Amino acid sequence: MKASFRVLVSVITTLFGLLLVTFFIGRILPADPVLAVVGDHASAEVYARTRQEMGLDQPLWQQFFTYISHVARGDLGVSPRTGRPILDDIVQVFPATLELATAGTLIGIIIGVPAGVWAAVRKDRWPDHLVRFLGLFGYSVPVFWLGLMGLLLFYAKLEWLPGPGRLDFGYEDMIEPVTGIMTIDTLISGDMEMFKNALMHLILPASILGYYSLAYISRMTRSLMLGQLRQEYILTARVKGVSERKIIWRHAMGNILVPLLTVIVLSYASLLEGSVLTETVFVWRGLGLYITDSLFALDMTAVLGGTLVVGCAFIFINMLTDLAYRVLDPRAR
Amino acid sequence: MSLANDNLPPSMSWRGWLLTETPHSRMQARLGRAYLGWRGFLRNPLAMAGLLIFVILVLTAIFAPLLTSHNPLAGDLGHRLLPPNEVNILGTDQQGRDLWSRIIYGSRITLMIVFLVAVTAAPIGLVIGTVAGYAGGWVEAVLMRVTDVFLAFPRLILALAFAAALGPGIENAVLAIALTVWPPYARLARAETLAVRNSDYVAAARMSGASPLRIIIGQIMPMCMSSLIVRVSLDMAGIILTAAGLGFLGLGAQPPSPEWGAMVSSGREHLLDQWWISTFPGIAIFIVSLGFNLIGDGLRDVFDPREQ
Repeated sequence: MKASFRVLVSVITTLFGLLLVTFFIGRILPADPVLAVVGDHASAEVYARTRQEMGLDQPLWQQFFTYISHVARGDLGVSPRTGRPILDDIVQVFPATLELATAGTLIGIIIGVPAGVWAAVRKDRWPDHLVRFLGLFGYSVPVFWLGLMGLLLFYAKLEWLPGPGRLDFGYEDMIEPVTGIMTIDTLISGDMEMFKNALMHLILPASILGYYSLAYISRMTRSLMLGQLRQEYILTARVKGVSERKIIWRHAMGNILVPLLTVIVLSYASLLEGSVLTETVFVWRGLGLYITDSLFALDMTAVLGGTLVVGCAFIFINMLTDLAYRVLDPRAR
Repeated sequence: MSLANDNLPPSMSWRGWLLTETPHSRMQARLGRAYLGWRGFLRNPLAMAGLLIFVILVLTAIFAPLLTSHNPLAGDLGHRLLPPNEVNILGTDQQGRDLWSRIIYGSRITLMIVFLVAVTAAPIGLVIGTVAGYAGGWVEAVLMRVTDVFLAFPRLILALAFAAALGPGIENAVLAIALTVWPPYARLARAETLAVRNSDYVAAARMSGASPLRIIIGQIMPMCMSSLIVRVSLDMAGIILTAAGLGFLGLGAQPPSPEWGAMVSSGREHLLDQWWISTFPGIAIFIVSLGFNLIGDGLRDVFDPREQ
């Protein structure tokens, strides 16, 4: 109980800090936020009125308070670029990011966990070197470049996969958004051709993101697994004649499951963020592309709204991991 | 004569002096440890490959004018979009600029970014961490809370928001990255500070009347340096990738500056027909961050033998 309270307090202070930072970036860093709205040629009168409308004549702490109360009501402001409330925009684009990050994480788990276990069991042999190489490559290669190379190879040269976007050109307006997740929406519509199209469009960006997830998950699985295989209870099990398969997947796996869950969740959270560059490369209309598009339109309100949402998702996911850890691992209680 | 022989028997070389079991000064002990670390580093072929990449990068940056035959900034529209050929070994971009020359000169920008981020972020982390660790109490609580808040942020997005608010440009990109990488350094410095703050030599300094500021600067900060340097070098590849990402989004170095991330971005429109414009700068980013990763791995093996 006391521990949960501590988690809650830490979440609240972190949220407060997040708000403080986005407020700081939005109101203080630009030399003159009024000028950014009215432009260079506005008269002194227009300038003063806008300044008052924006609440900038009030003391800073009061501005911050107003900002918090707006955010608490879900009001992130209106985007000058799209002319719609930012929260509405984000709700509309977020499922696309979720779809991409989820598909990427699934790839990371399905390949990364067995690869990590394999590397740990065959330590210092070629599977171990392979996993290490994959990790090193993943930590070194720029995601946006890998995406472009993927397009060049699989779309332009081999023609195995479709190009950027979530559906082929012309299909996009034919689908009724229900969940906003294209593979599910096309499935709901019952048009298998369309579903196949959505799936094909998902493969490349999800694989690129999934590769980064895989690099991280396999490396962590390997090191967690090695930590267990050194333990004496493994030796005991071996002496008792338990099969190697059972030792690894039942005994050792059981003990690394909880920390592994943390690793997977952290990787999921980082994919939500990492999708910014991937979405830009693949013109994938998600939160990341929304943020970068707003960036080029000099729409700071939308950029900060997006930052706030991703930051909140981060904090929320961290909190869940923290709580899950306490619930699932008896030693942490 | 006999005294000298005690210190340095004829059979003992400088190596023996470094590895002696009974060092006569603190410096000798330190050099000995550094030498052992260096030998461990030398035995690691991957780390040596990383070091080699780094040395080549530095040499490339220094001798860029000697390695290139074209001006990296001046276009030549008569020779635009040329595939790799004998004159332009990596081809030319949409403004007819030689890609090889641009990539070579781009190494200067990459090195500068890495260096500037390191010298900005490391001191921020060092000061916050040591002050928090030494002061304790509410000062520590507040400073570490701030650190945790920054640590909880998604890094790239925060850097993006900072860079967007500050305006595009390489200095602002450096500042934005520095503002997002310092929290782990602060945590590390605090941990190191907690380990030494109650030791006798700090108490001695305090009793001889040294002010807290003097103790932090003179007695505590030096103890944090080695682990901090290792940690920063581990982060280098990530810093390069973040900087390249900001450059790719147009928030880093501005045209016509040959920043690698921006160069990859400029080739996007021509990707399908003129693949070389995006491909080669990306390979340069990859090689350099791979080099830093290899060095970082090697350093971690030397300083933290638990992994082995």
